[in-house]
Amino acid sequence: MALMTRSRMTRPARPRPRATRFAALLFAGALAVSLAACAKSQRGEDEGAADAGGSGGTLTFGAAGAPHLFDPFYASDGETFRVSRQIFEGLVGFAPGSSTLQPELATRWSSSADGRTWTFTLRPGVKFQDGTDFNADAVCANFTRWFTQTGVGQNPALSYYWIENFGGFADHAKPSLFDSCATAGASTAIVTLTRATGKFPSLLALPSFSMQSPAAMARYEANNVAAQGESFSYPPYAQEHPTGTGPFVFAGYDQASGTITLRRFDGYWGAKAKLDRLIFRIIPDEKARLQALQAGDIDGYDLPNPGDWPILRGGGFNLLVRDPFDVMYVGITQKNNPALRDLRVRQALAYAIDRATLVSAALPEGSQVAREFYPDTVDGWARDVQQYSYDPQRARDLLRQAGASNLTVNFSWPTEVSRPYLPNPQRIFGAIKEDLELAGVTVNPVSKPWNGGYLDDVDNARADLFLLGWTGDYNSPDNFIGTFFGTLQNRFWLEAAPWGAALVDELHAADAEPDKQTRTRMYQQINRELMGEYLPAVPISHSPSAIVVNKRVKGLVQSPLTAEKFAPVSLSG
Amino acid sequence: MLRYTVRRCGHLLVVVAALSVLLFAWLRSLPGGPVSALLGDRATTQSRAQLTAALGLDQPIPVQYLRFLGRAATGDFGVSTGVAPGASALSILLQRLPATVELAVLAILLAVAVGIPLGYLAARRRGGWLDGTAVIASLVGVAVPVFFLAFLLKFVFAVHLGWLPTSGRQSAGIDATRVTGFFVLDGLLTREWDAAGDAVAHLVLPALALSTIPGAVIFRITRAAVLDVLDEDYVRTAHAKGLTAAVIRRRHVLRNALLPVVTTIGLQTGALLSGAVLTERVFAYQGVGQALALGFERRDYAVLQVLIIAAAMCYVLVNLVVDLSYALIDPRLSA
Repeated sequence: MALMTRSRMTRPARPRPRATRFAALLFAGALAVSLAACAKSQRGEDEGAADAGGSGGTLTFGAAGAPHLFDPFYASDGETFRVSRQIFEGLVGFAPGSSTLQPELATRWSSSADGRTWTFTLRPGVKFQDGTDFNADAVCANFTRWFTQTGVGQNPALSYYWIENFGGFADHAKPSLFDSCATAGASTAIVTLTRATGKFPSLLALPSFSMQSPAAMARYEANNVAAQGESFSYPPYAQEHPTGTGPFVFAGYDQASGTITLRRFDGYWGAKAKLDRLIFRIIPDEKARLQALQAGDIDGYDLPNPGDWPILRGGGFNLLVRDPFDVMYVGITQKNNPALRDLRVRQALAYAIDRATLVSAALPEGSQVAREFYPDTVDGWARDVQQYSYDPQRARDLLRQAGASNLTVNFSWPTEVSRPYLPNPQRIFGAIKEDLELAGVTVNPVSKPWNGGYLDDVDNARADLFLLGWTGDYNSPDNFIGTFFGTLQNRFWLEAAPWGAALVDELHAADAEPDKQTRTRMYQQINRELMGEYLPAVPISHSPSAIVVNKRVKGLVQSPLTAEKFAPVSLSG
Repeated sequence: MLRYTVRRCGHLLVVVAALSVLLFAWLRSLPGGPVSALLGDRATTQSRAQLTAALGLDQPIPVQYLRFLGRAATGDFGVSTGVAPGASALSILLQRLPATVELAVLAILLAVAVGIPLGYLAARRRGGWLDGTAVIASLVGVAVPVFFLAFLLKFVFAVHLGWLPTSGRQSAGIDATRVTGFFVLDGLLTREWDAAGDAVAHLVLPALALSTIPGAVIFRITRAAVLDVLDEDYVRTAHAKGLTAAVIRRRHVLRNALLPVVTTIGLQTGALLSGAVLTERVFAYQGVGQALALGFERRDYAVLQVLIIAAAMCYVLVNLVVDLSYALIDPRLSA
């Protein structure tokens, strides 16, 4: 202040001298000119690249979030997989619109009698997007990369699907399903497992097990993931240079505008993509995605809210409803509330819930009441499991017989979330709570945000009852009930159940059975036991999700596994 | 003046240090966290424990804070887990700040361009139809929630009429060259006029929505200040001295009335961030506000820490600039 005072004393307040203003203007002008010179538009080259090779146009698809990264091996989120499915391919894939396995980069495969050795015959003439050959060496390089992860590369937040499906790594800290990979010429890869499993080779259709260019991975340090602070940092490969064999090639991720751009790969081995460019535009708010579609800013988006389905249909959009491939259940934790360890009490809860009314009133059209823990399209589904039709009187009787007429439960439900299997948690919780109270159960509601405590409570077995579900990754019973009940210390706390260890053993035995028919019978038996003798949770529903596009978009086939591919898609008009 | 500025900058450092401690502790006291966000509904008890340990979240909070300080000293403010996974929190701030600055500047310019002239005219024609209409409009402007107005504007002008884009900062098909991160400026600098125009089109609706509350407040303060000044003795004296109306308006009325208005503009500029959280969310505009909302939803500690501290710094800096500008407007204050 003193300085300012002195200044004022020597120079009275008056407008800034013209010379100063002129100098300032001159400086600003010079800065702008020099910036403009540095910032010469680079668009010419880009446009040339965009137009090269066709005129299939650009499709803009609304994405709900940013992909975690572009290396699918380290990912388990849907937004990463949606992009990955267009860039990469696996040895096997899913037939369009179904969960049936079909050849992709392997034209055929066979296994030894013990189910441990698998021979894949590879498609000839396939090249990665960096121009290198896809061959048996590349297949083994990928398997070796997955198996030899070290450090944070072994963390379930990164290599989730490897851990879930193959178990351990090359350090043998935990047993691994994978044993070795060998080549027999350029077009034959032989994968040896440590034991038979019913989920192989189906699991290879997961985007995480896509074939990636060994040369690009080495050049851009694909394995160089590291823990940094409270998260992970990813290498250049995963952020800027994902390289596969698929019909689209990664062109860039503009974080400032929230767009991921893919271009057609003209060296693709199969039918080339019809689109020139495929752009994923990140619009986190579901309502904003709907309005962007209505205004023509995007051509489609995934998982529209079922409440908006009539609006979308009425607006002339093409709503593609998927076949249900999920399950929503009321989980029962046997850790904290001793009454819930009694089968009669768990059965009472099942009889108390009016699932048919719930499905028709609170879930999207096409939803079905769940008879067991996975849909009937998955192997091992049994027709003759015990059913629990709505019967509140029977529920009350069972509670009385179990000495639990005054049963009180803490029932957790999530806020700030909508999942395909759980589109409206509040409404679903409200309906179930009402049903339980009619049967004489006292319900203490516990609501928390999905990421703000709900999942913590559920995963740490703090809730008595909870709402949760699962969307299948591929057609395997193990992907559903093996994931739910394959360990003792889980959400259901099977450790407290006298049959918990037996169930875990039965699941492992069924998965390890090489003969498909025997395996199917074993899973059917497990399903009978799960519904009749164990009932660790109450399956509620299988509900479909949808994907919506405008009328210009032709050729998109909805997949029950949300595994839509955009290569056959074209734009009309 | 220099000493005063240095002292205020010292205050800024104290504010940042105190805020970082409180913020760090508060975020970690919230239920949930990045583990849930990273693993989602596929987590198991074991995988949660493994990830918690790998990220150091099982350590006592003071230990975590010291580690954070150690990393921050080397320029590492952490990596995003939810907003843009894998990207450094600082890069997210630097990438999104131009977006919010672009939006806030346009919003405050709109608010000033409408609020000050209208406030002045309303005061000079007190009780007239213009005054009455403007006062009612300003009441509506203050009362209508930003998110509601944003939805309304979007529905009418973007969805229904299709005049303007519904969301984002740039249309998906435009391959614009990035220079500064300010899309409008970038379009002008690279002479990509369509990109500049497209960026302006994306700014119009969010800026309009965001400018209503500051515009209404600036109008009301201007009107009240001008009314006060018009009654002052020195204005009457100026009239008596025979000064022209234009000179009286410029030298005596506006100059004196502007003091509280400038304070208000400073406060409103700082408060724009809270409006930006809602507006950017509605328009899927990739700015700091949207990142804050997503950060809370996904418990992205690193991003929240950087953005909130940066927002606090901006707030303090804007108010410092306002304080310093007093001296330029009213030389008596610097005496």
